[in-house]
Amino acid sequence: MTRVTITVNGRERSAEVEGRTLLVELLREGLGLTGTHVGCDTSQCGACDVHVDGLLVKSCAMFAVECDGAEVTTIEGMANADGTLGRVQQAFQNHHGLQCGFCTPGMVMAAAALLKDNPQPSEAEVRYYLDGNICRCTGYHNIVKAVMAASGQDVPACAAG
Amino acid sequence: MYAFDIKRPRSVEEAVAALADGEAQALGGGQTLIPTLRQRLADPGTLVSLSGIAELKYVRMEGDVLRIGGGTTHAQVAREAAAHYPALASLAGRIGDPAVRNRGTIGGSLANNDPSACYPAGALGSNATVVTGAREIAADDFFQGLFETALDEGEIVTEVRFPVPEAARYEKFIQPASRFALVAVFVARFAGGVRVAVTGASESGVFRWAEAEAALAADFTPEVVRGLTVQAEGMIGDLHGSAEYRAHLVGVITRRAVEGALA
Ligand SMILES: Cc1cc2nc3c(=O)[nH]c(=O)nc-3n(C[C@H](O)[C@H](O)[C@H](O)COP(=O)(O)OP(=O)(O)OC[C@H]3O[C@@H](n4cnc5c(N)ncnc54)[C@H](O)[C@@H]3O)c2cc1C
Ligand code: FES
Ligand code: FES
Repeated sequence: MTRVTITVNGRERSAEVEGRTLLVELLREGLGLTGTHVGCDTSQCGACDVHVDGLLVKSCAMFAVECDGAEVTTIEGMANADGTLGRVQQAFQNHHGLQCGFCTPGMVMAAAALLKDNPQPSEAEVRYYLDGNICRCTGYHNIVKAVMAASGQDVPACAAG
Repeated sequence: MYAFDIKRPRSVEEAVAALADGEAQALGGGQTLIPTLRQRLADPGTLVSLSGIAELKYVRMEGDVLRIGGGTTHAQVAREAAAHYPALASLAGRIGDPAVRNRGTIGGSLANNDPSACYPAGALGSNATVVTGAREIAADDFFQGLFETALDEGEIVTEVRFPVPEAARYEKFIQPASRFALVAVFVARFAGGVRVAVTGASESGVFRWAEAEAALAADFTPEVVRGLTVQAEGMIGDLHGSAEYRAHLVGVITRRAVEGALA
């Protein structure tokens, strides 16, 4: 076992982990942050996306010990300080960018990472960036609308609803 | 996953020493190895993580050769190689998805030599040299078939050197479920000749299409590829496409790559 210390959503947390402990396991089981989801065994779905030192990563494809000393942001860190929904989250609600909600934590983290690098993406750029986030419900159009709205741009007329 | 320890060396020297233990395996970005471990398809006693080694992460020009550190992520190459070798930067920027590109590394991709991976085509098509702590290996000698390379046990890719061609293009026909290449072709025109490297198609991994290289060296236009055919024998056939379909795609994608290189 190794002791790792990470700053999660601005708060320093420390835990004993095995070599094989994935970051997502540390978050969900070690720290009780179950907002980050696991949707696959193959690192393809993006439900587990978090930010590590500001970069979008799949927390199912990184070991906890590799995060020692890192700053991690999860979906729990996306709300405003007063508990209201953050900008990206609110846009998902406004534009019906979720149905069952399973993919949503990863979608929100990916969208936030995109908007940090590219504050005014085109619709095509949004779709390209979300390539690694799979949604079984929405058909993606409303997710794209939500991201466009979160960027302060006009929502594309890409689909009904 | 089976249990293992993870070591986090800070230098190449420490990593090489840690890998001398026969049970140890290198961990690059983990974007291939971690899913493999999760399926219990690998059982290393120790993983030696290369991600904390700063001296393995760089993109820089020296003369007319682009040098990339073995631990450099796809995202860093996409960003920093763009000014020097746009076709290679574009290849790196289309691997997987943004999260994969933030972790996955050039050394891991080349060492893995997946038959549908992108970098093997970029390296073979550019006549790159793979550098390890111990030696320099020409791309023509490096790739040795399905998931096989010239690397010895415990040998790590520390640098990859790409001669920058006059014109080049990586054309990728995506297999949308995996986001790897169904068939992809890297075409590069150098003063001394043309190289055409094909990935995703052959059962023995990345290969050079010699006939197309000869035709394109004489006349670098998409039209010369039109008359050439590739045998379906030895091509991958699976639920995503038959061997005949892939053989056909090799011609189509090569033509598009030449068009792109000329654009
Ligand atoms: C969803 C998804 C989509 C993907 N799409 C693509 C794609 O479109 N195209 C593509 O090419 N790839 C794709 N990949 C694979 C990705 O590029 C991986 O990053 C890459 O194959 C392996 O690099 P890594 O650094 O993650 O290596 P790891 O997974 O850490 O290691 C892979 C192998 O290489 C060895 N190794 C690692 N680093 C070194 C080194 N420096 N020297 C020697 N050996 C080393 C390891 O021991 C292991 O055997 C995808 C992966 C995922 C999860
Ligand atoms: S759970 Fe991590 S990508 Fe699916
Ligand atoms: S809302 Fe159900 S998976 Fe996306």
